[in-house]
Amino acid sequence: MTLARRIVTLLGLPVVLVATWWFLSAGSTDFYRPSLQRIVTAFQQTWFSERLVVDVLPSVARLAVGYLIALVIGIALGMMIGANRWLRALCEPVLEFLRAIPPPVLVPIIMLVAGIGNTTKVIVIVSGCVWPVLLNTVEGVRGVDEVLADTCRSYRITGLNRWRHLVLRSASPQIVTGARQGLSVGIILMVISELFAASSGLGFTIVQFQRGFQIPEMWSGVLVLGLIGVVLAQLFTIAERRILAWYHGIRSSQREW
Amino acid sequence: MLEVQGLRKVYDGHGRRVEAIADLTFTVGGGEFACVVGPSGCGKTTLLRCIAGLLPPTSGQVRVAGEPIAVVFQEYGRSLFPWLRVAQNVELPLKAAKMPRAQRQRQVDEALAAVGLADAHDAYPWQLSGGMQQRVAIARAIAYGPSVLLMDEPFAAVDAQTRADLEDLIRSVWQRLGVTLLFVTHDIDESVYLGQRVIVLSSAPTRVVENIVIDLPGERDQLTTRADPRFAELRARIYAHIKKLPSQRAEHGSTHDLSR
Ligand SMILES: Nc1ncnc2c1ncn2[C@@H]1O[C@H](COP(=O)(O)OP(=O)(O)OP(=O)(O)O)[C@@H](O)[C@H]1O
Ligand SMILES: [Mg+2]
Repeated sequence: MTLARRIVTLLGLPVVLVATWWFLSAGSTDFYRPSLQRIVTAFQQTWFSERLVVDVLPSVARLAVGYLIALVIGIALGMMIGANRWLRALCEPVLEFLRAIPPPVLVPIIMLVAGIGNTTKVIVIVSGCVWPVLLNTVEGVRGVDEVLADTCRSYRITGLNRWRHLVLRSASPQIVTGARQGLSVGIILMVISELFAASSGLGFTIVQFQRGFQIPEMWSGVLVLGLIGVVLAQLFTIAERRILAWYHGIRSSQREW
Repeated sequence: MLEVQGLRKVYDGHGRRVEAIADLTFTVGGGEFACVVGPSGCGKTTLLRCIAGLLPPTSGQVRVAGEPIAVVFQEYGRSLFPWLRVAQNVELPLKAAKMPRAQRQRQVDEALAAVGLADAHDAYPWQLSGGMQQRVAIARAIAYGPSVLLMDEPFAAVDAQTRADLEDLIRSVWQRLGVTLLFVTHDIDESVYLGQRVIVLSSAPTRVVENIVIDLPGERDQLTTRADPRFAELRARIYAHIKKLPSQRAEHGSTHDLSR
């Protein structure tokens, strides 16, 4: 695809939707549904200010920390559990149980243990992100090709080399799938973790606006959340292209047939 | 040296019991080039996996003198790491053996040049044809510098010309490195042309039917060796054995060529 066509594909629908919203809402007098023009004005006033540093950046930082911790824990545990049949049988019921608990209900409990600071919010994010990563890693590790495993055995590729070059790479397509699911869970939990006993953060601010009937400001906060989601998804795609270049290469070389 | 004694392998699982190897006893001397021929499904791969230590025998034993062992797998395509480039695939076992970088590089270059893939270093395996992938697998085995080399039908997927080239390549590698080589094939002509000895296996459950010394001259050539009357004699002798195998005729119709 040419660059121009890619840009059109990427931005076409968003531009159409925004334009539609803009014209349909123009001159709106409905208090709860202000015009997009007013929202945009509120956006500039609200977020191009110290709020960016006080509310948005800390939220995103907590998301980043929580997400990275979840990735490390999920991949490490998942590799161990996936590689060991006995461990897998042992853990499966417990994992299913823990996964079924919605993380928001854990917030009060975590707060009792970890207080109301950053730690609690990060733990909430970790407790939700870790499951898709962990469970997908387990599945990916189980799917290691037998011939490749035999190759490693006969060429004495053992220990750390085996984990790095065989197990992790074999499981990487599944791990990436899990990580993508984990990311969207993480964004949701970033907001939710700030709804309880918080005094700053993106989620907290949006709720404050709602309670204070600052409706255009509230809508602009929702836009910020959406934009963060888009940026993170793009970053994720860039990382995925690098990590799974071989995988997409195989798939497209098969499609050429 | 490689010693197989009273080897027996029974697969048992998923409600199916297959006696693949009934009783195998043979020895391959140090530095010897032996070929194993036998009909499809007779247990050749099973034998190789037992020798390589990838599969525990049901009974009997395998003794291998000399380290390390390199294996070229029958499913060569699946034996290459799709996320590593060709040179990295060849290099990985050397890296795992903690060989110094410069020496590693040299051995990788040499091995890839030997199989005629000097310009494929940076390709991914899945960008290559089947025959090229197989040559990468062979290069990896050569670069490893093994004292025992096990090859499982390595030329099944390549065209006749490449096959002839690779046969001569394997012979020259064998002569140069002095490895003990066990070469599985189901092509009788190939087994006679390549080795110093041919071990003929029966269909499953497998036993040794015949152990034939190939007394052709050491210097072999695709044209003259294959035209040698002795070559024809040895080949006829093996064909005769294969013909006598009872289940072979019923299963495969043709008894003349086991592969095609
Ligand atoms: N993992 C396994 N589990 C159960 N049975 C098996 C297994 N591997 C092989 N067999 C059986 O053992 C027998 C011998 O198989 P093997 O792969 O060793 O044959 P082969 O001589 O290598 O055949 P080919 O020439 O087609 O490669 C076959 O009947 C096969 O069905
Ligand atoms: Mg086989």
